[in-house]
Amino acid sequence: MNLVVPIKLVPDLVEELVIDASGARLDPDALRLKLNEFDDHAIEQAILLKEKGAGQVTVVAPDIEGVDDALFTAAAKGADRLIKLTGNWNNGVNNHALARVFANFVETLRPELILTGVQAHNDLDGAVGPQLAEHLGMPYVGYVSGVVVFDNKAQVRKEFPGGLIAEMDVVLPAVLGIQAAEKPPRYVPISKVRATMKTAKLETFPAAELETAGAPTTVRLFQPETGARATMLAGDADAVATRLVEIFREQGIL
Amino acid sequence: MNSDIFVVIEHLRGQVSDISYVMLAAARGMANATGGKVIAVILGHDVETLARDLAADRVLYMEHAAFADFSSDAYQRALEGVIKEHAPRAVLFGDTTMGGDVAAWLSTHLALPLVSACRTFRADAGALKFVSQICGGKMMAEGDLPAPTTLVLMVPGGYKPEQGRAAQAPELARVNAPALDDLRVTVKDYVEPAVGDVDVSKEAVVVSIGRGIQNQDNVELAEELAKALGGVVAGSRPVIDQGWLAPTRLVGKSGKAVKPKLYLALGISGAPEHVEAIGDSEMIVAINTDPAAPIFDIAKFGSQVDMLDLMPVLTEKVQQAKGL
Repeated sequence: MNLVVPIKLVPDLVEELVIDASGARLDPDALRLKLNEFDDHAIEQAILLKEKGAGQVTVVAPDIEGVDDALFTAAAKGADRLIKLTGNWNNGVNNHALARVFANFVETLRPELILTGVQAHNDLDGAVGPQLAEHLGMPYVGYVSGVVVFDNKAQVRKEFPGGLIAEMDVVLPAVLGIQAAEKPPRYVPISKVRATMKTAKLETFPAAELETAGAPTTVRLFQPETGARATMLAGDADAVATRLVEIFREQGIL
Repeated sequence: MNSDIFVVIEHLRGQVSDISYVMLAAARGMANATGGKVIAVILGHDVETLARDLAADRVLYMEHAAFADFSSDAYQRALEGVIKEHAPRAVLFGDTTMGGDVAAWLSTHLALPLVSACRTFRADAGALKFVSQICGGKMMAEGDLPAPTTLVLMVPGGYKPEQGRAAQAPELARVNAPALDDLRVTVKDYVEPAVGDVDVSKEAVVVSIGRGIQNQDNVELAEELAKALGGVVAGSRPVIDQGWLAPTRLVGKSGKAVKPKLYLALGISGAPEHVEAIGDSEMIVAINTDPAAPIFDIAKFGSQVDMLDLMPVLTEKVQQAKGL
């Protein structure tokens, strides 16, 4: 089974987000990028599938700063092939362009199953997965939290609101948008990632030309207007706890 | 150019989802600006029941056995023809576990632009603009809604569902469904949410934990606090995905919506997927070390103390207050 996981990096929301002088995008110099957490789940799900049977996991990513770490970490977890797509990624890229680039390359790998994060917090033009599926003529199911593979189909668990789960059959080859792997993404110690860096090979291939059509153009970025912001309670844990007990009393909770 | 606004009605097992009414409310404002009509599109069974309170000018519906359950494959094929034929100014989908599987595929297939995470629209000198909520609710992105036709995935929060309901059923118009044989995506069965556990949507006090809980051992601190307050522990997505709480305790987009007297959010950032499920709480108190956490925008009271420091102290003080 040939499993392919296209991944992307997104701004780390722990850092302060700074809008650049144009007012329409985040200042790239102030950004720290990290692996989209849903893609981390997609990698884990692919490795779990590999561990249940024969298979090869290939992780594909745009060649941008920080991507080597993400790829080596995937290898330390059990990914077999690491691929960087080189291109002019400097000006940022939307998901329409990314899906075209992934489709163009992934086709050459002849995958049976493509697993990718169901969404990313900076998606503004839909998720990559369903677009990739369309380009490759494959079916797509997103919000998946469990996958079993048979001969020519995947049996997946798809989440609906309210905790309802549908068990669905998907004909392979297919693209799945992973919401959560069956088990939480495994932890690998830095030492193991470092050791992997010495042995694992990063392959590079040129990305197809970026075609950004299909996404809207942001003309203005701004922080959400906040209405009545929370009344902040000052002091240490003891002082805050004392105040909260008073508030709970006033509200009839205690 | 067609100035109508189409709304793809989302329904699951005979129930129209709230997001459908939110979209109808948004569509009315857009149609007022474009001079078009609001057209609801239903793929399903028993359309009269589904359509009875939709605030739309007209309903286009397709009936087919394949729509008894949600299949992305069936929806994609069915909507492709409708959108191509009518080429409306915009087609709204819920940015949900259903709409998300369909709209991006159609965008690529029909070469039509797509805007996701859209919260509100506004009209500026007749031109429609979208405002989307991104980066976990920390950033809004505004831009022009590309003409002539754009597909839009909408999140809740910008419009009230009541504004999308009408007293009178709209006029229904049937459209023939295309051939839907050999579907590549089919529902085999449903797994109901586990019964036997508490129903967090019915509790008066919910102590909810997020990423800030750090590890499974700390969950006990939240359990003790919840017990002292006479409530239950719930969690946001990362906590459930780690397996630290049962999936029945998930509050958010694919979990439960809650409306307690007290929602105590501990170490929860307040991503839109979470916030949409707690808006009906009587009082939200948020504890988070990140001063920029969006949760503080909807909480009544907040504090930046470390939740791990706070929980044992608060448990003790609550117990004292109750004379325990």
